[in-house]
Formats: sequence, C-alpha cells, structure tokens
Amino acid sequence: MGATLRSVNYLSVFQRLTQLLLLLPIAAGLLGAFFPAFGYFPEIGGNQLNIDVFRELLKQPALPHSVRLTIFSGITATLISLCFALALAAMFSQVEYSSQSKLKFNRLFLMMRRGLIPLIAVPHAAMALGLVFLIAPSGWLIRWVSFSLMGWDTPPELISVQDPLGLSLIFGLVLKETPYLLLMILAALPQIRAAEYLRIGQSLGYGAFRSWLKLILPQVYPLIRLPVFAVLAFSLSVVDVSLILGPTTPPTLSVLILRWLDNPDLSMRFFASAGAILLLGITLGSLLFWRIAEWFVLNKFRKWLTNGKRGSDNEAATAVFVSGFFLITTAFLSLLALAFWSLSLRWPYPHVLPQTWTFRNWERHWNSLQETAMTTLEVGILTVVLALILVVACLENEQWRRARFSIRSEWLLYLPLLIPQATFLLGVQILAVRFELDGTFLLLVWSHLLFVLPYVFLTLADPWRKLDRRYPIIAQCLGASPLQILFRVKLPLLLKPLLVAAAIGFAVSVAQYLPTIFAGGGRFSTLTTEAVSYAAGADRRVIGVYGFLQALFPWLALLLALSVPRWLYRNRADLS
Amino acid sequence: MLKLENISLIINSKALFTALNIEVHAGQVTTVMGPSGSGKSSLLAHLCGTLAPVFQTSGKISLHDRVINNLPPEARKIGILFQDDLLFPHLSVGENLAFALPAIIKHRERKNIIEQALQEIELSGMSERDPAGLSGGQRARVALMRTLLAEPQALLLDEPFSKLDLELRGRFRELVFSHAEKNNLPVLLVTHDPADAKAAGGPIITL
Amino acid sequence: MKLSSVLHTSFKKYNLAKLSQILILQLIILYLIPFSAFATSWQEIKKQGKGQTVYWNAWGGSEEINAYINWVGSRVKEEYGVTLKHVKLASTADAVSRVLAEKAAGRTNNGSVDLIWINGENFAKMKENGLLFGPFTKQLPNFKLVDFAGKPTTLLDFHIAVDGYEAPWGMAKFNFVYNSARVTATPDSIPQLLKWAKSNSGRFSYPHVSDFLGSTFLMQALMELADNPQDLGEAVKSDAHFSKVSAPLWSFLEQLHPYLWRKGKSFPASSSVQKQMLNDSELDIALSFNPSATSAAIANGTLPESARTFVLKKGTIGNTHFVAIPFNSGSSQAAMLVADFLMSPEAQMKKQNPKIWGDSTVLSVAKLSAADQQKFKNLPLGVATLQPEKLGPTLPNPHPDWKNRLDAEWERRYGQ
Repeated sequence: MGATLRSVNYLSVFQRLTQLLLLLPIAAGLLGAFFPAFGYFPEIGGNQLNIDVFRELLKQPALPHSVRLTIFSGITATLISLCFALALAAMFSQVEYSSQSKLKFNRLFLMMRRGLIPLIAVPHAAMALGLVFLIAPSGWLIRWVSFSLMGWDTPPELISVQDPLGLSLIFGLVLKETPYLLLMILAALPQIRAAEYLRIGQSLGYGAFRSWLKLILPQVYPLIRLPVFAVLAFSLSVVDVSLILGPTTPPTLSVLILRWLDNPDLSMRFFASAGAILLLGITLGSLLFWRIAEWFVLNKFRKWLTNGKRGSDNEAATAVFVSGFFLITTAFLSLLALAFWSLSLRWPYPHVLPQTWTFRNWERHWNSLQETAMTTLEVGILTVVLALILVVACLENEQWRRARFSIRSEWLLYLPLLIPQATFLLGVQILAVRFELDGTFLLLVWSHLLFVLPYVFLTLADPWRKLDRRYPIIAQCLGASPLQILFRVKLPLLLKPLLVAAAIGFAVSVAQYLPTIFAGGGRFSTLTTEAVSYAAGADRRVIGVYGFLQALFPWLALLLALSVPRWLYRNRADLS
Repeated sequence: MLKLENISLIINSKALFTALNIEVHAGQVTTVMGPSGSGKSSLLAHLCGTLAPVFQTSGKISLHDRVINNLPPEARKIGILFQDDLLFPHLSVGENLAFALPAIIKHRERKNIIEQALQEIELSGMSERDPAGLSGGQRARVALMRTLLAEPQALLLDEPFSKLDLELRGRFRELVFSHAEKNNLPVLLVTHDPADAKAAGGPIITL
Repeated sequence: MKLSSVLHTSFKKYNLAKLSQILILQLIILYLIPFSAFATSWQEIKKQGKGQTVYWNAWGGSEEINAYINWVGSRVKEEYGVTLKHVKLASTADAVSRVLAEKAAGRTNNGSVDLIWINGENFAKMKENGLLFGPFTKQLPNFKLVDFAGKPTTLLDFHIAVDGYEAPWGMAKFNFVYNSARVTATPDSIPQLLKWAKSNSGRFSYPHVSDFLGSTFLMQALMELADNPQDLGEAVKSDAHFSKVSAPLWSFLEQLHPYLWRKGKSFPASSSVQKQMLNDSELDIALSFNPSATSAAIANGTLPESARTFVLKKGTIGNTHFVAIPFNSGSSQAAMLVADFLMSPEAQMKKQNPKIWGDSTVLSVAKLSAADQQKFKNLPLGVATLQPEKLGPTLPNPHPDWKNRLDAEWERRYGQ
C-alpha cells in the first residue's frame, strides 16, 4: 500500500491546481469589483477609497423596490422549482418501482419524464423568448382564442409578461430550473436506496407518494442542497431572462447593474460595481436565509414524519400530473413557437400561423452559423475534457490518498456558481488584460472552465464516491496499478455518470454569455453570443434560428451520453 | 390465512416456476426454498405489490378471504422483513417505530407503545438514539418491531437472518417466530438455509 | 484595522504597478512617435494597413446592418487587403468597458477593439477619458465629401466637438412609425400626440429611458414644449434652472402616461422591443431614429406592410453616427482604411438603399461626380419613407447634460 501511495502522490498536484484555477480568477474578480465599489478607479477619476458610492447607491430611487423584486423572484422561483421537481421525482420513482400501484396516468408520467429531462439542454434565453411569444397579450395563446372565439382585432390589455411583481419572470425560471433539479434528484435516488425504502414504506401501509415525502425527501435533500443553492444564486443574479421577462420599472438588480454598465456616463460604473457587491451580499444573505429556513422546516415537520397518518395518494397524483403537464406543454409550445418563427418571413397579429413561410432565415445565417458552431464545439469540448481530467484526478486523489476534500475546500469549488457572474467578471477582465491573456483561446477555455468544472464535479462526485470500494481493491490484488484500475475498472464502470457529467458540462459551456464576452474580447463568437446580440434586436425569426441551434447542441450531447453506455453495455444488465 | 392460487411469474415469456398453490395458516410458518435465481424474492415482491413492471403475473392472492391482487402495496396489510434492516437513517430509533404506528394512536399513547416495544426487544431507553449507532442484532430487532407495529395481517421474511452471525441468528429467529405466533400471523419465509426451515417447523416448498 | 491595512498595502502595490506602467507607456510613445505621428501620407497608411485585422465592435441586433457590414468586409479585403471582423455587440457600452478595462490594466497597444460604432455620450465620455485614437479624419480622402454645411452634426456630436476623433458614417432623424391600417390621421405636434393618445388609450408608448430612443423622446418633447428651447443647447446651469426649464415636460408626461400602453406603469424595454410590439399590433404608434428603416423593415418582414412614418411639423431631433478608433488599437491604419471606405460614395449609396439598410448618407451629393449624383438620385425611396422635403426641419440634440438630468429625473418619477 505504501508503494502505491507514493505512486499516486502526483495526484495531489491536481487538487491544488484545480483550486488555483477556480479561486485565482474569483479572488481577482472580487478585488476588481471591490475597489470601484469603494470609489477607487483612477482611469475614470476615482482616487480614494470611501463609501460614498454606496451612500449614493442607496439613494437611487429604483433601488429598494428593485432589491425587493430580486429577492422575491429569486427565492420564489427556487422554491417553486424545488417543489415541482420533488413532486415529479416522487411520482416518477413510484411509477418506476412499483407495477401494481394503482396510480393514475402511469404511462403518461413515464412519457413526461422522457420529455422533461432534455429541457435542461435548452438555453434560458431561448426558452424565455419563446415563452414571451406564447403568453404575451399578442402571443400565440391569445391568437388562438382571438382567432377562434373572440375576434379581437387588437390584442387585449393584459399584463401577462413583464408584470410588476415579476411573476412571468418566476414562471420562466421555473420552466428551466425544474428539469435541472429533477435530474439531480433522480440521479441521487439510487445512492440512498430509494427503491428499497419505498417498498418498506408501502409495506407499512403508506401510499407511495407519502412514503416518498416522509422517507426519501429527508434523505435526498442533503444530496441536492448544492444544486438548490446554485439555482437560488442563479435566479437572483440572472440577467438575460430578467431582461426578457422581468419588469422594467424598476427591473431586478442584475438588470439595473447592466444598465449602469451600459450607461455612457462612465461614473455610473462605480454604481455598477457597488451594485454588484450589493448583489453578492443579497445572494449570500439569501443562501443563509434558505439554510435557516431548511432547519426551521425540518423541525416543524419532524413530528409530521412520524405521526402515522397514511391517507390517499390519488389527489396528489392528479395535482402533480396536472402541474407537470402544464410545465411541459408550456415549454414545448414555447420552443415550437421559436421553431415556427425561424421558418417565417412575416407573422403579424392575429395570425395563428406565419403569413409567409420561408427558409431564408436559415439560408442567410448558414455561413456564419458554421463558423460560430465550430467555435462553440471547440470551446465546449476542450473545456469539458479539461474539467473531466481535473475532476477525475481530484476524486482519485481523494480515494487513493484518503485525502477527502474537506467540506470547506469542496465548497470552494462551487464558488463560481454561488457568486453572481457580474460581480467578478469585470475584475477578471482587467487581470486578463494585464497578463496579456484577453482574447486568447486559453482564457476563453479557462473562463468556461470556471463554470463547467463545478457542474462536472457536482454530477460526478457522488457516483464516484459511491462506487463499491471492493472493485478497486480486487483489481489491486490482481496486480493492477492505480492507473490501470482507473482505465480498466473505474472508467468503464462509471461510463454513464461520466458521460452525463460531460454532457451537462458541455451544455453549461454552450450557454455561457458573459464569460465569453469578457474573456473572449470579442475575438470569439459562439452560438450564444450571436443569439444574445440578435436578441437585442428582438427579431424573433433570427432568435428562432440561433435559439434552436443553441438548444440542439447540448441536447445531442445529452442524447449521446445516455445512449452510448446503453449500446455498449446492451448485454450487461447490471450496467444498462 | 394467506392463500396463493395458481401464482406464476413470467419474464421474457418464461415462467420462473410452475404455478404455485400455497396456503399459509395464521400462526404458521411456511418456508420457500430454492437456489439463487429461482424467483423466491420476486415471489415476495409480487405478494407485496412491488414487483418490477417487466414481469407478467397471473393467479390469485388472498389474505383472510380478501383478494389483494389489485390493491396497492400500502393497502395490502402485508409486512415484510429483508436481509438488510433498512432502518430509516434520517429518523431516530423511536421515530422509526413511530413511523409504523397507525395515526389513530395519539400523543402520550404513541410514546408509551414505543417505549413498550423497545422494552420488548431489550432496547428500552434507546428511543432517541441514531440507528447508525446500534449493533447488527439491535438493528434487526428494531426492524422487526417496526414491521409489527404497523399491524400487518401477514408477514413475509426475505432471508432476514442470513446476514447475522450464527449465535445472533438463532436468537433473532426465535424472536421473530414467537412474535408471529403471538400475533397470530401467517408467515411466509424465503431462505436457502436449511436450519431456518427446520426452526420454522412448518411446511417446506421447494422452487 | 487589519482589513484597512491590507487594503492599504494592495493599494500601494497597485499604484507602484501603475507607475511603472506609465513609465513604459512613455517609452512606447517616444518610440512610436516617428512611425505614427509623421507617417501620415495615405499611401503609407495603405501600406501599413495591408494585412491587418480590424475588429469592428458594432451593435449586432439587426440582420440588415450585419449583412451590410459583412459586405463592407468583403470590399475592404479586395480593396486594401484588410480583414474585417464584426464583433456583434448587444450594447456599445460593452466595447467601451473593454477599452476602459484595457486602459486600467495599462494596455496601450494591441487593444482588442480597433473600430467602434459610436456617437453622442459614449463618444463624449471616451474622448474625455482619453480612450480614443486621433485626430485622424483629416487624413481620410473621402472625409472632404462630407456635407459639413448641410449636416452640422457631422462636426458637433451632441454639442461636443468631434475634433477629428470620429468619422461620420450615417445620419439619423427622430420620427414616428405608425400602422396606417389602424391610424388614419397622424398627429403633427407634441400636444396633438397627447390628444391622439387620449382618444386611443393604450396604443402608444415610448421605450424606457435606459434606451437611447426613450430618452430622445423626452428631449424631443421638451424641445417643443420648453418656453426657451435655446436653453437646451447649453449645459444645465443649476437645479432650479433645470426644474424651471423641464417643468412643461413633466406636466405633459403626467397627462400622457395614463393613456399609454399599460397606463404608463411599464415601458417597452428597448426600441427593438417596441418595434416588435408594433408588428404584434400591441401598439399603433412607435418611435424610430431612421426615416428609411421602416421601409427596410417592411421589406425584411419585421414590420407590417401597412407601416408608415410621420414627423412633427416643428421639426425633430437629428444627429450623426460615427466610427471611432480606440487609443490602443494595434490596427489603427487598417481601421482608418475601413473608416474611409465607409464614407465612400459606393458604400454610402449602398447603405442608403432601403432594400439594404436605408441609412441616410453623410455626404454632400453635390460634391460627387455626375455619375454618382445620378446614382444617388436613382435610389428607391422606399414605400414608408417620406420625401426629403416632407421630413421637416432637423433640430440639434440638446446638450448631453440635459439627457443625464432628464433621465435621472424620469427615473425618480416613473422608474419605481
């Protein structure tokens, strides 16, 4: 064992390297935001550190309302997504695990699951734009009603998007975050032997749904806490979805920051930085609040867990089914609407279908599409490969050297997901310029790695740690070296989680907008940067083209990740 | 009485065993034996109602003259003990038992019953303990008590003794059987340990 | 105590780094002067620019404009061997940010932005903060074709002297777009617009003032309503002065807002969104900054065939948009070649064609060759574009100070 240990000593380097790669830019970025926030930015005339900027910031008329809106929409969206994801996971697992349960809609639930998972591949912006067209007063739904029943010649005065409370913003976020959390829950279930506990619960007389809530939920929640936190931090700081679906007077804080950054008056950049620090504070505060609320809920419901009430499950099944159906239909209609737009020349109100169909939008962008698609692929694949190498090395290090990441250093890996992007990317840019790295492919990949690596780690860590320790031990006794064990035992056994992690990492890379802009220095255009710049022009037809492709790539990756192991291991029942 | 009539399980259009007809009387233990893969565990899953959907099934299951084929698992009133104790790790020992207790039993009475049950399995005063801190034998006893507190009308045993060491095994077996007899439960035991079958003392069916 | 001392040390380090950079910068400037400041002949610039790559940072939200820029790229490749890359921005401020970050980091050469589509306040701020290269326009052969007399905004961008730091590219003029299938009589003054809004509740709005067009609407209305519009040509003198001059605008908006889309409680997020809303029939009247863009949008399918334009009889605000070169561009010669090409009759003519883009020329057509004059005359006008004589007088933009003050006051009153 001692010799083996020495032979894997080099692994610890990878752990250090990974931490450095993630923490360096964040530290630099935070400093880069802190200085201007406290008034220091000599290039635009700030030479002293003080808190005047914050004093001025707090006097901004839009600020209090905007902060309230940000917190409300962020927390509500996370809460609703989590509830939906848990309820759907409960239904899916009982459909899967018990044939004789007299649950309604069994078959439909299975179809629903097949439909929901690919939605994680769809970029937020594309989904939001499709949703706007679906539910706007002049949108698709109203057009159907108007066309068939009402005969309105102008759209009704409804406030269905960009409402002052941010409800449509919340809806848009829920549509995207529910599938993500659902996937995370479903991936965590086997680790806690959910199927067996469900059986016990049922044999003790509890309905499957209730068994899930009382037995599985308390066990699975700690495993998905991080994804939930990531969703919360994301919802609080999201820019694109807010721009598209959020209110304008005032907007969420993230949009306010963007407005200040976009303001030609350079002194507004002090506000932007101070706002970014405020957003960081709000995010950390909300995470803390969420943690306390968790504890409170747990205590409150502790008694409920063991009160012995059994009750019926059918209403729950119906409710979950209806809401799941509602989510999935909305998502698919939104995407369908985008697809139709990409094939239309002219589609005015109140036409239910485009007035003129055309392939022009696709033809026009075909050439530039090829180039941007290549860049997107290159960055995505390279980033994912790097992330996989680093993550696997860290996990191997942890197993061979028993050097389990301490809880604290593991949380450091997730910092990029918990700190609002706008807060540190400007500082990263300055640092990059200083080291002559801006606009290089290297920096672009590095900046994507910041966000890809945590997701890959998040997806891969648990399956890796849960792999039966006896496999590597047996292999070792058979004379295999650690590297041989990795390639001939572990990687094949963990092929599926490995590929799923890669697909998720790829989807994350494809969706990056701000990092691509800040690190790429305008030298690289990806499907997402193109889509966002076209979104500024609000031309749904072009947005349709780019949004569709933006969704297609990660979706194909996910499909591949799920079907390759199935095909490779088609004769291995335990692995397929 | 637990009654199985013409029960067969089919997977990939192959029957796992020839159609079964078994009658298990109250207070009696019937043992099902057979090599690995003969379908013992699948049979129990079928009785519980938790069989994987890939199986096709036929035949009739009735418990005290009540046909339960089409009932969901939670309505069947069949308790089961597995090889693993499967205590709920997020609940304390006492809470594990409380989970099984019917809701109609309230507050103070709940507490009393749980304390009594713990006493019965020689674990009194350990209600607040984390199940992870118990020994294998203690955990097995809690699992048994949890199953019984749900007031089942039949008990299925899926090799529940096989993971215990020899000495514990005999004592736990005795405990299970005596409780089953006391509660007048029909018991179906699946095992491949002849000693279990012998101790059960009832009819033996080989798959 | 500890934290502040830590901050203080890093602060000092920062300054040291800064100092050394300034030193290096001085050296570089000394070294470069013989090559840049005196190598001014156009032939020399052409020679140096050949083979360079120009990263042109320009708003990328419009298919028509992007296609035009793409064409420019192929032409400058042919003509000068310059590679043009369009960096499509969602907002011009992204590019300003980048140049600023580069300056903050001491990057004085080989900056990532070589050419930037710009005007007004962005220009004023970049010029003020020394972020621009130049003056360079005098060296561009086509610069003398610009119509300085007829289009004074080519020299005075938002009252800020251009001083050769940006090359004029196109002309903009505030106008209204309406759906002629639903609006029969169009208003021709700000009070008339209010009257129209009152009898067509919910069918008009203007973009949020964070959008350029939204804040121009405020200035447009104030130009017409102010007792002394000349006041707006200079910086704001005092708070009292501002309140007094702007008072008529706020009383107009107080009356107007209840009749706007969503009763003025919410505003379209941008001018692009507003255009989309006109296409969706959510609005009947919207705003535009390009009198021919509506024709181009109809041809492209983004506005209904019944879309038309109108202006106000007392005139509307007009200005010029430009291209500028950041101070640290490593391809400034090639960027100058591109800027010059953009002002060529060939490029200006193509740009003005409403089937391509419909952006008015900055050139004085009278200065062109007879053949080119004829070609300009032969350009189609576009189905929704007003004849030049019907476009009404062009008003100068108010001083940028007013824009800032108006935006801030609007935010205070309606932004929450």
